[in-house]
Amino acid sequence: MAMLADQPTLLVLALPFLAAFLSPLAVRLFAYRAVWLLALFPFAIFLHLAGHAGAVANGEVFTGGISWIPTLGVSLSWRMDGLSLVFGMLISGIGTLIILYSGGYLKGHAALGRFLAFMFLFMGSMLGLVMADNFYALLVLWEMTSVTSFLLIGFDHNRQASRRAAIQALVVTGGGGLMLIAAMIVIQGITGVSELSLLLATGDTLRESPYYVVAFILVLGGAFTKSAQFPLHFWLPNAMEAPTPVSAYLHSATMVKAGVYLLMRMNPVMGETVLWETVLPLFGIATLLAGSLLAIRQTDLKLKLAYTTVASLGLLVMLTGFGGEKAIEAAVYYLVAHSLFKGTLFMVAGTIDHEAGTRDIRKLSGLRAAMPLTFAAALLAALSMGGLPPLFGFLAKEEIYYALAKPGAWAIALTILAIVGNALMLVIGFAVALKPFLGKSRDELHHAHEGPVLLIAGPLVLSVLGLVLALASGFANRILVSPMASSVAGEAVTAVAGVIPHIGLPLALSGLTVLVGIAIYMRLDNARLTMAKLLWRIGWGPDKGFDQAIAGLVRFSVAVTRFIHNGRLETYVTVVFVALAATLLGALAGFGEMPRMPALPGLTFYEWGILAIALAGLMAVIWADNRLTAIVSLGIQGFAVALIFMLFGAPDLSFTQFMVETLSVVILALVMTRLTLHKSDHRPMSQRLVDAAIALTCAAGFGLLLLSVTQLPFNSELSDFFAENSRVIAHGRNIVNVIIVDFRGLDTLGEIAVVMVTGLAILALIRIRHQPHTDEVEDLELTGELPGELKGGRNSAEAVQ
Amino acid sequence: MNTVIFRTVAPYLTSLMVLFSIFVLLRGHNEPGGGFIGGLIAASAFAIYGIACGVQPVRRAMYFHPMALAGFGLFIAALSGFPSVFERVPYLTGLWVFPMIGNVELALSTPMLFDIGVYFVVVGAITSIALALEERETS
Repeated sequence: MAMLADQPTLLVLALPFLAAFLSPLAVRLFAYRAVWLLALFPFAIFLHLAGHAGAVANGEVFTGGISWIPTLGVSLSWRMDGLSLVFGMLISGIGTLIILYSGGYLKGHAALGRFLAFMFLFMGSMLGLVMADNFYALLVLWEMTSVTSFLLIGFDHNRQASRRAAIQALVVTGGGGLMLIAAMIVIQGITGVSELSLLLATGDTLRESPYYVVAFILVLGGAFTKSAQFPLHFWLPNAMEAPTPVSAYLHSATMVKAGVYLLMRMNPVMGETVLWETVLPLFGIATLLAGSLLAIRQTDLKLKLAYTTVASLGLLVMLTGFGGEKAIEAAVYYLVAHSLFKGTLFMVAGTIDHEAGTRDIRKLSGLRAAMPLTFAAALLAALSMGGLPPLFGFLAKEEIYYALAKPGAWAIALTILAIVGNALMLVIGFAVALKPFLGKSRDELHHAHEGPVLLIAGPLVLSVLGLVLALASGFANRILVSPMASSVAGEAVTAVAGVIPHIGLPLALSGLTVLVGIAIYMRLDNARLTMAKLLWRIGWGPDKGFDQAIAGLVRFSVAVTRFIHNGRLETYVTVVFVALAATLLGALAGFGEMPRMPALPGLTFYEWGILAIALAGLMAVIWADNRLTAIVSLGIQGFAVALIFMLFGAPDLSFTQFMVETLSVVILALVMTRLTLHKSDHRPMSQRLVDAAIALTCAAGFGLLLLSVTQLPFNSELSDFFAENSRVIAHGRNIVNVIIVDFRGLDTLGEIAVVMVTGLAILALIRIRHQPHTDEVEDLELTGELPGELKGGRNSAEAVQ
Repeated sequence: MNTVIFRTVAPYLTSLMVLFSIFVLLRGHNEPGGGFIGGLIAASAFAIYGIACGVQPVRRAMYFHPMALAGFGLFIAALSGFPSVFERVPYLTGLWVFPMIGNVELALSTPMLFDIGVYFVVVGAITSIALALEERETS
């Protein structure tokens, strides 16, 4: 890793997080106008990235970063090559427009500040995801895009549909994220590197490994969930519950392409195998067809677009896996074109919804006079989506057919299916762009008028860009397409497509697509009804399957819980302690680690006194009539132990022990007073004897374990290190505290996270009111555990002293 | 436990204990103390106040939900690791500054920030459990 070659980039990549922090404040000060200010952040990022475009086009690769947790191979490193740069420019450039659009769309919304903060968090995560060089950085940012997507889909959290869609998206993409974690671990295991830059230099290592199939399946699991490949596509249309800027940004232009990004990134080291070139096109073409057919039956503008996004992602996956330079070029063209036209169309749908009050295609018509600019943007985008010259989509379509038009049954089948899918997408594009605007204007839509500049700027800029990039195809090819295609192919590729049609097979296929599309468009209403009827007849889809799977999981866990947690506290405690005693004694006896009988230490009279107090406390626990008395008596023993700690030179531990004992008694007493238990103990004598035997066995186990630990030779290496360095390195004389907050800070961070989560869990249990018996039992267990957890954390730190 | 004496003394006792907990927190780096212990002291202070005067006054006095305090603590503890990025050292490496105010040298550091985070997590998590338990007892 070229260290610190270009440090400003790292700060630039952190900018969205700063913006996220500032947005609520800015919105409070300037209301929706704050977006003019906030949009400068992504714009600055865009300029910074664009500044590198020329050098990257000449084949340079910028890397940099800082080591983060070097012992685990984790670093904050980034890599800027053609692939990540084009993605980064799309994310920041479209991001700028989307932030402006959000201001217009959610003008006056009470939570606009929070919305923008989520958007910026997403933007930062997504930018980081495509720029990340280190596997772990990539994984964390990948998961962060899932989480921010969850927050944004569920933005309107008062509606049940939003919450369901948010959870569904999180479960599907989060599950994929877990597979990706496994994938990265497998890949690191095979190649021994944890940086993409190094991975790309490993050549055929991955392809020739016997674990290639495992890595392949896991990478696909990550990519296919994120990029909504059939049959995991269902979360994406449901995600349309989010406000339109989110749909335009996350769920069409950027986040859903993360899966495609991953496949493209892995292509040089995992691609060009039979498996890769069979599985990817299969899933891709299935997704393309499913998406475009399902889009036909929708009447909601956003849902129609969402299904075509699914279809487009299928097309991209198919092209990425098809193999060959041309297919990769086609994927790159289409990816750029899709981001531009789909972003536009979503924003147009949002503007129509905002100004006309409905997104139902059956209720919209004749808006062209009222909204001429929006219409212009929509028309340009639809032409690009349909692949007509002179727009960027045309270049993409030419390249697609150029790549697919090969001899062989496989290529011919894919070509035919691709024509069907593309024709259907053309139909949807025109349905969305033309239907609401053409025809006669309706009375109920009379109040509709052109949106304000914030709503118009985004779609206009993006759609015009689709035109400009196509006209200046030489520039686009040199700066965008060739560098990105070279990164994906792993070798230098020069893209040459232009708007001037070349007579040949690709053009003929393009023409055929348009003709098929127009034919379907003429019968759109019939097609919609046919599809609706067909789907109704099938009556089941993955979306319903998701609900069934979740319901099944809940039933299963309820059954398991019923079986294990039968609600009898005595059983739980018995099982736990018997298991504990068996483990302790079994291990000691089995490995021949039984301690020698130690010599009786010479204790002073006050030390004997403390022991006597502890014993007295225990006796009081055993003979107490009343449970509350027993709990308080238990505290006596705890205090005695704290005194012993104090006498033997562990003031910190003693201090903590006092506090923990006090709080345990208070909390246990609080729990006890509310349990519907008898005030005293009514166990029969036989039961008492059995319990006493278990308790004594356990105690013997612990005692023997501690004895054998103290009889091991003491290794003072760590203690010496801490004693020597605590003052010098960490400026602290209290070694215990220095260990906790400095030397082993990461451990402590984990521990306090556990404390927090445990607290939340207990709070949730206390709040379950309708089943007082079962949950109180669990309260008791958990509250009994929490101070132990704290104590455990302290003890482990103390032990090294 | 609702004696007049207890109820009268509790607010003063609580204030003193919270003050003491902050003292213990800040001296922790050199003397016995620190975020864990300080947090436990403060949590018991709030528990005492709750037992004496009821849960509502405690919630009013704390102003924020205790769980929010815990979340804030976790946040600043995690955040305290980030300044190390700018020094190009690994995450959570302790950084120190020693500004002079008058002729007194002040020791400020990221571990201190971290310890304050620990303090808030402990206070928040335990207080919210204790208060929730006390609350349902009275209702």
